[in-house]
Amino acid sequence: MAWGLLLTIIVFIGVVGYVLGSARAKKQSASVAEKPHSRAHYHGWWVFLLAVLPTLLFMAAWSAGSYAYVDRAISERMPEQTADSAIASRSLALGMVRNLATGLRRIEGDPAFAEVPKSFEALRPVLAERGVALASDTQDYMIPIALDLNAMQDNAALIGTVIAILLSLGGAFLGLRSVRPRGRARNNVERIITWGLLAASTIAILTTVGIVFSMLFETIHFFRSVSLSNFFFGTVWDPRFAAAGAEAQEGQFGLIPLLAGTVYIAFVAMLFAVPVGLMAAIYMAEYASKRVRSVVKPLLEVLAGIPTIVYGFFALVTVGPFLRDMSAAIAGGPGFIQAQSVLTAGLVMGIMLIPFVSSLSDDIITAVPRAMRDGSLGLGATRSETIKRVILPAALPGIVGALLLTASRAIGETMIVVLAAGVAANLTLNPFEAMTTITVKIVNQLTGDLEFTSPQTLVAFALGMTLFVLTLGMNVFALYIVRKYREQYE
Amino acid sequence: MNMLTDAAVEEALDASQKPRPLKMRGENVRVFYGEKQALFDVNLDVLENQVTALIGPSGCGKSTFLRCLNRMNDTIDICRIEGRITLDEQDIYDPRIDVVELRARVGMVFQKPNPFPKSIYENIAYGPRIHGLASKKAEFDEIVESSLQKAGLFNEVKDRLHEPGTGLSGGQQQRLCIARAIAVSPEVILMDEPCSALDPIATAKVEELIDELRENYTIVIVTHSMQQAARVSQRTAMFHLGNLVEEGPTDKMFTNPDDKRTQDYITGRFG
Repeated sequence: MAWGLLLTIIVFIGVVGYVLGSARAKKQSASVAEKPHSRAHYHGWWVFLLAVLPTLLFMAAWSAGSYAYVDRAISERMPEQTADSAIASRSLALGMVRNLATGLRRIEGDPAFAEVPKSFEALRPVLAERGVALASDTQDYMIPIALDLNAMQDNAALIGTVIAILLSLGGAFLGLRSVRPRGRARNNVERIITWGLLAASTIAILTTVGIVFSMLFETIHFFRSVSLSNFFFGTVWDPRFAAAGAEAQEGQFGLIPLLAGTVYIAFVAMLFAVPVGLMAAIYMAEYASKRVRSVVKPLLEVLAGIPTIVYGFFALVTVGPFLRDMSAAIAGGPGFIQAQSVLTAGLVMGIMLIPFVSSLSDDIITAVPRAMRDGSLGLGATRSETIKRVILPAALPGIVGALLLTASRAIGETMIVVLAAGVAANLTLNPFEAMTTITVKIVNQLTGDLEFTSPQTLVAFALGMTLFVLTLGMNVFALYIVRKYREQYE
Repeated sequence: MNMLTDAAVEEALDASQKPRPLKMRGENVRVFYGEKQALFDVNLDVLENQVTALIGPSGCGKSTFLRCLNRMNDTIDICRIEGRITLDEQDIYDPRIDVVELRARVGMVFQKPNPFPKSIYENIAYGPRIHGLASKKAEFDEIVESSLQKAGLFNEVKDRLHEPGTGLSGGQQQRLCIARAIAVSPEVILMDEPCSALDPIATAKVEELIDELRENYTIVIVTHSMQQAARVSQRTAMFHLGNLVEEGPTDKMFTNPDDKRTQDYITGRFG
């Protein structure tokens, strides 16, 4: 039976349980003098949850378990693969059998195929007609195995369905039996809700942990073939691309030029974004009239909604050539600013960061209590004196926190630098030359035709891990500062 | 009350009998917040070196009037003021008057103590610094000390002048704010319910301070406490629903008011 139908049946049992449960609770409260502990609908919900939740858990476990069981049974019946076989590995063969089984489902019950063709050659066109393409290496012996696989799956699904329905009915019955005037249905239901909310918030945390671990293992893998000092203290980035299957070549994986480029570009971006963003925030928080603010603030925040790849285009097509031509005009010969340079990337990234700086700072400045402004204005201070001497000092820790958050975004930014900064891993202080960043190199290393297990690819994970630790550290520090600031006014 | 010496009694008699010079005057003051009118043709005189108390139930417009006196209402976009308010016979809403200079002459102490998140010293030095009243450190030291002395706070904080002002108790913070207002040598000090966030002991100290400050400054105070108005003020003005109901010498207002609404309010029949 299809899972969808089963699910409908179970929910139906639950709904009936809800109706019966709340009706029963209502009847009890009418006949018993005691004041009921929970209202009737809580009893109904409790019956519903008992009927549905354990069954859903069982279904999840059963489908995972039966899949693994069938897999093993099939695997035992497969002949040993010989080394020179056309099929590279066992898992590939298993995949073929599963594919075949899926295809055979299509002709199930078709009277023309009461007898399933015995040979692959006969079966192939039939299935192709029905939209299932079979791998050309599929062997004849796989057909009976695939048929068995289908039968086993049918059996497992049938048994599972019966158990699930019984379990659901049992849960509903148990729930209905437990309806009593002093029964604590409300507490039970609320506990389940709490667990549900907890599960939702855990998903985000677990995902983060999962990401860290997936990077960690590959990183460890990488450091098996490349030494820590080569990576962290090397000043040359030259990973020597090794194509798949080729003799592995030892490259140089120096992090320093990439880190320097990352920090330098982020620094240029901040140099541009911080004053502009901060002044925009001051204008909006302190000077702008309500009408101006209601127009300008959303407009500025639209900048934050532009995909960064679009900024990348802007840098590549407009800003880069403009700076190059301008420098050429100034120098009267070849320009001293390259089209792809630290300056271009930093400038465009700075534009991207303006709304972050202004929006975060605006919130922080507005959060400074009105009493501070009144106190200062009441002493005869002008608006600008008030901002300079009272509001900004009071908001400073929060602003620093906001800037750190922005900086960690600048460091993690990818698309702009991919297009605007260039790929040359230079180690230079000249902002008019191209430099590259950690993120650019991650993109480069992962998008080539490279063997996945080679250090040339694995270095991307080491770089990613470094970046993660860097931005995580900055975020934690920023949050710490912001929180410390919050306590001041409470 | 046995603290009243002969001199004080004489002075009090003086105050009620001899007319003092006029310091500030409101003529037909009308205030609107957007469409809503908050004050209706208020005429009120503030006399020099006296404490004028503004009383009345919540929302009656007394704070609004107070905030007109140093144009703090300018900071509210939707607020509109009509009529004439003078300081030393000069219209303070005249375009030739600079609001910054005005506020230096008419200082303000707020309902909730609002020290800046700076040291005690810097809180006091703030006003003189922005007005350029002093340049050398010694001069600042002198202003800080004398302001704290006048606010009766110096002995309590002299060992921790460079610690944050926010670390003081509520009553100390309010006296710090008064000292901060004094430091720019204003002529008039406006106080908007300065004791509403303070306990009775701190309140008593601030009231005592107000009484002392009267010698050198003209004070206008908004208060919800009848006893406070009776204790600290020489003149009282009663507001109700945006109208000035009645004004006059405090002792007369509290013993023999002309208006029934004043009588009812003072005796606690509404409010």
